[in-house]
Amino acid sequence: MQSLIKRIKAGQILVSDGAMGTALFEKGLNPGDCPEAMNLTHGEKLRAIARSYSEAGADIVQTNTFGGSSVKLAEYGLSAKTKEINSLAVTYVKESVKEGVLVSGSCGPSGKLLEPYGDGTPAELQDGFERQISAMVSAGVDLICVETMIDINEALIAVRAAKNIALSIPVIATMTFDPTPRGFYTIMGVSIADAVEALVKTGADVIGSNCGNGLDKMIEIAREFHKVTDTPIIIQSNAGQPENQNGRLVYKESAAFFADRVQQLISAGVSIIGGCCGTTPDHIRAIRKVVDTMQNQ
Amino acid sequence: MEILNQIAEFLEKGEDKSVHDLTEQALKNGVPATQILNQALIAGMDVIGEKFRAHEIFLPDVLLAARAMQAGMELLKPLLTLAEQSGLGKIVIGTVKGDLHDIGKNLVGIMLKGAGFEVIDLGKDVSPEKFVDTAINEKAGIIGMSALLTTTMPVMNNVVELLKQKKLKDQIKVIVGGAPASEEFAAEIGADAYAFDAASAVERVKQL
Repeated sequence: MQSLIKRIKAGQILVSDGAMGTALFEKGLNPGDCPEAMNLTHGEKLRAIARSYSEAGADIVQTNTFGGSSVKLAEYGLSAKTKEINSLAVTYVKESVKEGVLVSGSCGPSGKLLEPYGDGTPAELQDGFERQISAMVSAGVDLICVETMIDINEALIAVRAAKNIALSIPVIATMTFDPTPRGFYTIMGVSIADAVEALVKTGADVIGSNCGNGLDKMIEIAREFHKVTDTPIIIQSNAGQPENQNGRLVYKESAAFFADRVQQLISAGVSIIGGCCGTTPDHIRAIRKVVDTMQNQ
Repeated sequence: MEILNQIAEFLEKGEDKSVHDLTEQALKNGVPATQILNQALIAGMDVIGEKFRAHEIFLPDVLLAARAMQAGMELLKPLLTLAEQSGLGKIVIGTVKGDLHDIGKNLVGIMLKGAGFEVIDLGKDVSPEKFVDTAINEKAGIIGMSALLTTTMPVMNNVVELLKQKKLKDQIKVIVGGAPASEEFAAEIGADAYAFDAASAVERVKQL
């Protein structure tokens, strides 16, 4: 299996998977319950999700560990289960995907704001991420994906934690930006240029954005990244902002909508394309098809 | 009054110690607590709210300003009458079950208290039942909910549904906020209002 970075450097466009959280709700997770606790009880459902993305053509499939840092799990009284929750998540994906598919260990925010804005300390957050990442690395994860970050300092702590645990493991780091009259910023005030500089300096191998305000905004975000860096770029967009229909959240951007924009993403310099909230195996299949057509030309 | 402007300016800069000290000074000088509250603390937070809405500043500045406001409030609170403290009514607030942060909700709580509401803060990870039961037991007229993740938004819906089931939808008003929420979302789930940020939350709650 060729490494992530080698494949990108060789000019390959890689496809990552779609949503985990919204897929879990489809499979019966109650809003408000700990999504990662399903790793302890519903292995079959997690295998099915991983299989569906692998079959749809994803080169990279993520683990159900977005809230798996021990700091975040502590909110549910599950901190002591950090190792089990994170290692099971890796095992489910490994068992379910096709050969050659890379298993990506998701690391979302700890849920705590760092001092002075909140009561989280850097040491506490780092310990939480290291416990999570160490469990995933032992279970054989191929790469770590730090995602949905709004605070650059927390993102850097997570990137460092990954490198501390396994220096050679590729690390993807993505943040969530909002449009403002002065350009894109995270809600904590981090610009794309600042995010790029800090993440690259700290050792992130692939950088970019996830979640967000829909795919068209993501194309603009990708262009902004490309202007200031040669580091490979990843975009994992929501299928638009959700709307409520009879008590269910509906994400309006369809698989065809995504397919129509793959070329623009690639022209904007993106190396890995996937989805976030509201995207499904259909979205991934559609992205795969366009990527394959373009790469075979 | 010069000292009130100074307090507001320090608040906008997030300098909690200076806000504390100058509030103390103003009280010593005989400035009424309500005047300090309205013309210094709330005035300063209004400026912060406007700048945040205009994307001139971001969350860290708002958080520091809110902390500075609290530093002043601590001194004023014992001096404000009960009517001034809760004269506008009671509101139950919280971050919905399963969500990440309670930053936005905390800001809303501070601003509402400052504006004269009695605030019952249920913290984060609050279940629909807890929102509704607390509102009933505390005789609060409003429930305010915040979510940061799109995946936890349906919990807001559950609260509205629960109120309907208990036939309390007319007595207890619901206001929602948080990054993924919107005016449209609020209307779709049957909430009574949506607020973009903490400052507009106060305006909206007053209108309910």
